[in-house]
Amino acid sequence: MFELLGVPPQVLLGQLLLGLINGSFYAVLSLGLAVIFGLLNIINFAHGALYMAGAFAAWMLLHYLGIGYWPALILAPLIVGAFGIVLERTMLSRLYHLDHLYGLLLTFGLALIIQGLFRNYYGISGLPYQIPDLLSGGHNLGFMFLPNYRAWVVAASVLVCFGTWFMIEKTRLGAYLRAATENPILVGAFGVNVPLMIMLTYGFGVALAGFAGVLAAPIYSVNPTMGEQLIIVVFAVVVIGGMGSIMGAIVTGYMLGLIEGLTRVFYPEGSAVVIFVIMAIVLMIKPEGLFGRPA
Amino acid sequence: MTDAAKLLLKVSDLQGWYGESHVLHGINFEVHQGEVVTLLGRNGAGKTSTLLAIMGILAKRTGSVTFAGTEMIGMQPRHIARLGIALCPEERGIFSSLSVEENLLLPPRIAEGGLSIERIYDLFPNLKERRASSQGTKLSGGEQQMLAIARILRTGAKMLLLDEPTEGLAPVIVQQIGRTIAALKEEGFTIVLVEQNFRFAASVADRHYIVDQGKVVDMIPNSELEQNTQKLHDYLGV
Repeated sequence: MFELLGVPPQVLLGQLLLGLINGSFYAVLSLGLAVIFGLLNIINFAHGALYMAGAFAAWMLLHYLGIGYWPALILAPLIVGAFGIVLERTMLSRLYHLDHLYGLLLTFGLALIIQGLFRNYYGISGLPYQIPDLLSGGHNLGFMFLPNYRAWVVAASVLVCFGTWFMIEKTRLGAYLRAATENPILVGAFGVNVPLMIMLTYGFGVALAGFAGVLAAPIYSVNPTMGEQLIIVVFAVVVIGGMGSIMGAIVTGYMLGLIEGLTRVFYPEGSAVVIFVIMAIVLMIKPEGLFGRPA
Repeated sequence: MTDAAKLLLKVSDLQGWYGESHVLHGINFEVHQGEVVTLLGRNGAGKTSTLLAIMGILAKRTGSVTFAGTEMIGMQPRHIARLGIALCPEERGIFSSLSVEENLLLPPRIAEGGLSIERIYDLFPNLKERRASSQGTKLSGGEQQMLAIARILRTGAKMLLLDEPTEGLAPVIVQQIGRTIAALKEEGFTIVLVEQNFRFAASVADRHYIVDQGKVVDMIPNSELEQNTQKLHDYLGV
């Protein structure tokens, strides 16, 4: 077998796959953040906690009600989305007339409360969640072994990201969303119920986080801290891609996952910080982000 | 205009505030079905604020604004829009993240009887040529103004509030907008037009209300404009 810079291809491709998996989560989560930020102007710090809640919702559905992975893939995001709508109606909607900072503080507080509650009841050792039977095992591709579940995660995230992008950029509903992002007052003056759109958008954005949580459950153990570890990186992804850019969030998510994977091969010590280094460089050269529009 | 024509919009002692700043001090005027009425006045007289207060966008307001008998003070803009009033804002409000066609199709239909797309393209041939254009804001100023008017014609709204549609446009475009407004009157639309360009206003309107320092201070029918030229010049300071 050929070697690249002294690295066996199995190692390289293995890490690239791992990077792509991480990138899938970055993409789905930063997409939700970008959608929410676009319309609500709120930096949703509760996103990681709601991702974790999605994983827990799947675990609880199985553990308490015997509902398996496939129904949970639909139900858990719906539960998380409904919870998000309650948060938006009862709390976030009171902050729209204030500075962004208040939304950030509120959602940060909510994240701490949600994580604290789960930690209190379930500890931090993590709970196992089985890979569904349909996706257990894997395929030997000759040059590497591809676990079925990981292939599914990448496929599902690409599907969800593309679907969301299509809905926002190519449909009539998406046109309302884009217009309301630019000028909510005028869209309201055309007779559109903008507060309802905002509520559903927040619900949808956090449902994406819940969906990512269910995808993650069989890979990482279901753990109250799984969100807070991930969310900091995801925020860096959003900053690199550009706040509020849908395509930017998606592309940057996958790209940074891959870059992180490559770093793990060639310079393992740097893999934990590479994304933040890139963020710092992007902020210096193009502060609005790679795909952002200048403010 | 005849007294027999149905009273569509009635504004009585309308007062309005931006925060603590009191900008409308008692606006009174009436618009009958099928009329084109202008609000004339200097910069900062309160013309745009009057339109925003009618739409409910200027939310802090008192007095009475009725449309076809329905009191609209205290209503949200989206509910006011659904009664059949559409605003073409001064800044035009073309969305940069929407294509020309998406901009045109954005405002939802609120009633039967709006113009068909074919009729709209008939009135605005430029827009038909440019409809595939990727960004609404890539259009020229005149085309953007056309688009801002065109998109409120297919919704079924019966009353159009046009805020300075001629501002900053070349004379030939201003003429085109004048012909468009005449055509819309023919189609049965009722129009409230905010203007500073009184020559343009005189070419399209039935009556003129003069707005000064947040109040309506006079009403001049278009037919009596000649006799009142001097008075008008004093009001408008031209």
